[in-house]
Amino acid sequence: MASAYDYDDSSHEGRDSSHEGLEYDPNYVPDAVKTFVVHLYRQIRDKNVYEIHQMYEGSFQLLTERMFRDTPWPSVEAVASYVDNDHVFCMLYKEMWFRHLFARVMPTGMQRVESWDNYCNLFGVVLHGVVNMQLPNQWLWDMVDEFVYQFQSYCQYRSKLKSRSHEELQLIRQYDQAWNVYGVLNYLQALVEKSTIIQILEREKEGLEIFTATDGYDYDNGSSNVLKMLGYYSMIGLLRVHCLLGDYSTGLKCLVPIDISQQGVYTTIIGSHITTIYHYGFASLMLRRYVDAIQEFNKVLLYILKTKQFHQKSPQYDQILKKNEQMFALLALSLSLCPQVKLVEENVNNHLREKYNDKMLRMQRYDDEAYSLYDELFSYACPKFITPSAPVFDEPLGNYNQDAYRLQLKLFLFEVKQQQLLSGVRNFLKLYSSISIGKLATYIEVDEPTLRTVLMTYKHKTHAVNSKGNIISHADIDFYIVEDVLHIIESKPAKRYGDYFIKQILKYEGLITELERVRLD
Amino acid sequence: MGAQTENGAQKKVYTVEELVAVNPYNPDILPDLENYINDQVSSQKYSLDANLCLLRLYQFQPTRMSIKIVAQILIKALMAMPAPDFNLCLFLIPERVQVEEQFKMLILLSHYLETGRFRQFWDEAAKNRSMLEIIPGFEKAVQAYAIHVLSLTYQKVPRTILAEAVNIEGPALDKFIEHHVANDGWTLETGRGRSLLVVFPQNEFNHPDMKRKSKDAVPLEHVVKVFPILG
Repeated sequence: MASAYDYDDSSHEGRDSSHEGLEYDPNYVPDAVKTFVVHLYRQIRDKNVYEIHQMYEGSFQLLTERMFRDTPWPSVEAVASYVDNDHVFCMLYKEMWFRHLFARVMPTGMQRVESWDNYCNLFGVVLHGVVNMQLPNQWLWDMVDEFVYQFQSYCQYRSKLKSRSHEELQLIRQYDQAWNVYGVLNYLQALVEKSTIIQILEREKEGLEIFTATDGYDYDNGSSNVLKMLGYYSMIGLLRVHCLLGDYSTGLKCLVPIDISQQGVYTTIIGSHITTIYHYGFASLMLRRYVDAIQEFNKVLLYILKTKQFHQKSPQYDQILKKNEQMFALLALSLSLCPQVKLVEENVNNHLREKYNDKMLRMQRYDDEAYSLYDELFSYACPKFITPSAPVFDEPLGNYNQDAYRLQLKLFLFEVKQQQLLSGVRNFLKLYSSISIGKLATYIEVDEPTLRTVLMTYKHKTHAVNSKGNIISHADIDFYIVEDVLHIIESKPAKRYGDYFIKQILKYEGLITELERVRLD
Repeated sequence: MGAQTENGAQKKVYTVEELVAVNPYNPDILPDLENYINDQVSSQKYSLDANLCLLRLYQFQPTRMSIKIVAQILIKALMAMPAPDFNLCLFLIPERVQVEEQFKMLILLSHYLETGRFRQFWDEAAKNRSMLEIIPGFEKAVQAYAIHVLSLTYQKVPRTILAEAVNIEGPALDKFIEHHVANDGWTLETGRGRSLLVVFPQNEFNHPDMKRKSKDAVPLEHVVKVFPILG
């Protein structure tokens, strides 16, 4: 639920929190809330993860819908007395309190700072190893997710200086450590290190430790999963932060300990699954590893297609749909630059065609309209890039919140421009098994030396360098030149009969089971 | 490396690469990283991770940015082609910095290399000799990239095309080719019209038909699914 409101903060900008202050009394605790906190507090003490999860996902949402649709929950001070003023519980309550506030009400500058302080305290306690709670993974994922979201949101807030009041500017200046980029990165990094999650995953590979099979919970000894899971999710958090900064290769490095070629703990929470693959795919796209991007987008889009219905009631549902749409746009971009449609599963491809067929065809033309489509899709689907540095107050105050996005867009379009002649060449190559350079040059209407550079560009751009530094070809239409004759080779994938038959067997089996259930009388 | 002296022998001396691995988000290592890029230039080493780390620290604290160092990083990244390092660096450099003349020039050079326009590249590079010649190994690195792209594209390349791409002519080119014949398996052939051709050794990229045809293998876990039905 953390970033359901992700895309444009400015839509919230007009609202200020004063208008709902008319009815909202932070000290008033309705009975239902009293019961909720008392019960939640008890379940946490008793380590009933299942119960905690029910309350966290269910009751909290229910009460929110009923009583706090657009006002904050009662203040932590007001509820503290019902939970023995328990220090850690109060921090957890505040974490939820702020998350709800960010989703439903526009936070003030001071509230942003206070939320940062709360995360520092909470993570501080976890890092010093004094918690023995067990919390549902969903909640722990939401913490990391929200932490990164609020950081991103603060960077946006801080980079729009024009309309800020004197008090707000004063506050930004005074609390310059709040949501400081070093602080954010170091907390995530500390959680990864302190949790020894990388070693745990290594040991698991050797069969010395169980992590994935129990989703990180310790059913036998009931020891705390909190640090371990926060560390695990922080690797994904780091990937995301680095993508927001435009540092794609470092981002992908942070994810290396998680093997995304198979299911894992990251896939058990749909938010974590989507965030991981969205950022992995985006980073791969920017690194020109198009095949990696296409394969992973394809997998996760197929997964969402199949499981969407189970999430309809989830608070994350809107966010799932939004990311789903964005990933289709990214898939359309990847396929336009690397037309390997055979890597895309049939159903995913159908959905893709439904949405983007027309645009994808026009993008192949590489005229002005095509660029504006690349621009449109990129802008719609890219992460919300940030400028991490603190504002400079000596200069005239301006808004620089779009700078980071504009730079990434510009560089992406520059790459597209470098590839503009390739799809035309590719279309001709498809028609021949061999052709002289001179002839091809007249068809494409360029001179021979230019064509030779275009052909080298084709080779260079279709041969990516992978994470291990090896050259990987992702050309489906490939060629080689002998002196001045091109020889073209179309790699036709071997028909995968095995998979096809298995699929059909399962399909018919399902059909027969279905039929047997039908009673005719 | 400031760390080593404080506690004398007890403190471990970290290499810059270790510093980056252990503590990548630490503003204090900025001077070490700046020294390290100088070191990379003079001793012809290269560490993308260290350089990205430095650019990141500049991104966090723009007032500490050194234009000269950024330029060195970008030139080293050009030398790392065909890897996309140059772009990876640009992603982290603010646009207002990128519009400076020397960066505009480097971006143009990168563009020429990315699009296989070696003639234009060498012409442009010649105009900026003062900046590029002080980087040891620059010319060699670009030539290596040119050969890489040529050998992806051609089985047999006309000598003139090769000459243009590596920017060597006449007797010097003979020597250059000789060297590769002796060390890298190049051979020579006379083409039609009696032009000289250089034959590159086979690889899966200039002989795409060599690429192993993927077999129709079915993973066990898929087969397992039909076991209950077959049984």
